[in-house]
Amino acid sequence: MSARDEVLARVRRATADVTEKDPDRDVPVDWAYGQPLATPDVLEDFVEKVEDYKAAVRRVKADAVPATIVEAMQALDTTSVVLPAGLPTEWIAAVEAAGIVTHGDEPQLTHAQLNTIDAVLTTTAVGMADSGTIALDHGVGQGRRALSLLPDRHICVIRADQVVSDVPEGIARLAPAIRAGSPVTWLSGGSATSDIELSRVEGVHGPRHLSVILVED
Amino acid sequence: MTATPTRRTPEPGSWLGIPAFPKAAPGELANETQRRNLRHATTTIRAKRVVRASEVPNWEELRTAGAQIKDRVGRHLDEYLVQAEEAMTKAGITVHWARDAADANQIVAEIAKAKGVDEVVKIKSMVTQEIDLNEALEAEGIAAWETDLAELIVQLGHDLPSHILVPAIHRNRDEVQDIFTREMGLYGTPAPEGISNNPEELAAAARVHLREKFLRAKMAVSGGNFIVAETGTLVIVESEGNGRMCLTLPETLVSVVGIEKLVPTLEDLEVFLKLLPRSSTGERMNPYTSMWTGVTEGDGPQDLHVILLDNGRSNVLSDPEGRAALRCIRCSACLNICPVYERVGGHAYGNPYPGPIGAILGPQLRGMEDERDRALPFASSLCGACNEVCPVRIPFTDILVHLRHKVVEYKTAKHPTVEQGIMKGAGWVMADGSHLATVQAGERIGGRVFRGKWLGPMGPIPIAKEWLKGRDLEPLPTQNFRQWWKKNREGGQR
Repeated sequence: MSARDEVLARVRRATADVTEKDPDRDVPVDWAYGQPLATPDVLEDFVEKVEDYKAAVRRVKADAVPATIVEAMQALDTTSVVLPAGLPTEWIAAVEAAGIVTHGDEPQLTHAQLNTIDAVLTTTAVGMADSGTIALDHGVGQGRRALSLLPDRHICVIRADQVVSDVPEGIARLAPAIRAGSPVTWLSGGSATSDIELSRVEGVHGPRHLSVILVED
Repeated sequence: MTATPTRRTPEPGSWLGIPAFPKAAPGELANETQRRNLRHATTTIRAKRVVRASEVPNWEELRTAGAQIKDRVGRHLDEYLVQAEEAMTKAGITVHWARDAADANQIVAEIAKAKGVDEVVKIKSMVTQEIDLNEALEAEGIAAWETDLAELIVQLGHDLPSHILVPAIHRNRDEVQDIFTREMGLYGTPAPEGISNNPEELAAAARVHLREKFLRAKMAVSGGNFIVAETGTLVIVESEGNGRMCLTLPETLVSVVGIEKLVPTLEDLEVFLKLLPRSSTGERMNPYTSMWTGVTEGDGPQDLHVILLDNGRSNVLSDPEGRAALRCIRCSACLNICPVYERVGGHAYGNPYPGPIGAILGPQLRGMEDERDRALPFASSLCGACNEVCPVRIPFTDILVHLRHKVVEYKTAKHPTVEQGIMKGAGWVMADGSHLATVQAGERIGGRVFRGKWLGPMGPIPIAKEWLKGRDLEPLPTQNFRQWWKKNREGGQR
């Protein structure tokens, strides 16, 4: 018997006591999916939780975004940055005008090249206020996964209408991209470890600095 | 201990050298450094978990939903497995099945050989610890590098993990400093000259040491926190980003996943992604969560494999009372709250899953043949704290008592024991008041002889020795309850 058939046969023997064949009727789940969380101010909540991870948050109007991107990069001593395809041209122009060396990813940069670049600038798919989580679905403006992994600083722009109250709404918004086969990455602050005496150290392998620019209009 | 020239990676410690829990525990208890390290760590993490759980207004409803979803999966596992296999295959993942550790290890080694690689990077994974993958690969000449900071400390320390989530919980910063200084240079970039015991410096040394390995790695091995049956999506939660490195940079990724790790739908993830981080690290969310649904052209590994592993899980499933153990999402909250774990640490349990979850999973996954597994259901005070913190409501104490019963059945199936004789005697005494009075008459004589003297530890008494080892004997009474009642309550006295 193949391993597949044997494992399945064992599982079927083990659950021979289960007579109700419909899983939903056999074990009902008492949970209302996709519920928002009651919160007086979703954006305020989001900012507070993201800052709690020691990430920097800047709240700005749309017209101030290019200048704020430059400011956020300079605050992290950025001299070079990788720009995923699909970012607004005025952002790119502002970064170039500030004298920061820019790299595109077409053709794809090697991992070794990415490793020498200081920062990455991306847009966002969803923000989840209650946990302070930012999700990328690696669509337009977000680049492939390696771009937001190898450079040491991540500057990330999110629109107010992309911020939801909690994880359940976040999953609901991401579900179409996941069903379409896109990889999804959730970021909650920068890389961190608590492996030595449970004292939190910011920054191990992923980007050590996360800067979030929240665009309100 | 240093690596012999024939080995590619540091030689680890061995579970085989560890005796059954009652014999292993006293030695661990005597290790004061370890007790101090553990007390500090578990106290810190317990406090964080309480804060983060209490922030969620419907926490108890979430726990119930988590338990129900996992029960649904367990009771209909064959269906969900077939569904997940189909979805993963459609998404471009090669799905393998493994009856046991040997099957799984062989599949990983064969993939590595087919790819022509002689080293792999690993994201921390309980299941590869369970099947002893690193040693199986080492035997095939393939070096497996742990990339989680705590796993790196354990690997370079020729040690064994002692916690599900923070495997080096038993080590303090001075010990880590020693290990890094001594060992890093033998396997790659050495620790910087004169590195201190500061956790930030130590983490930075690990970053540099491992970055070299990440950039050259052609193949990675991971476990998996969840597989969504509906879409074939794999989910891994982590903190450091070493996971993202392994899951993103190499061309080939092999994920070994226990068959119980399925959830039915994408929406079910909302329940577990709220429960897991708050229960495990006491954070609102872990820094990184990766989800991938098969191969994405031009992004990430182009050759994806998933090994669905049984290795005793169907045994656990076959016991209706014990199967709730398969709900476990490996958060480690039960370890962190357990008074027994806090004092003896993880090694005394003699298997990769320590603490309360290890005490119920070990004997169910592996059976009762080994003395060490028969001892595990007794490695608990049954205080029930684990029941209260478990995010998926595993009834730990019920399962422990159930397994104790099974251990007794196992023992008595072979030959009658002294214990059975004693219980038979006790049965006669308790069956009738006059029998009890006869025995108590003897006890009262003893009480008068010793005149209420506290008798202290009663180690040397034969037969009852094991039972009395952990208990002191109170003074023997000079009267029994019936006599006291007659004197004090009956006939209108008082």
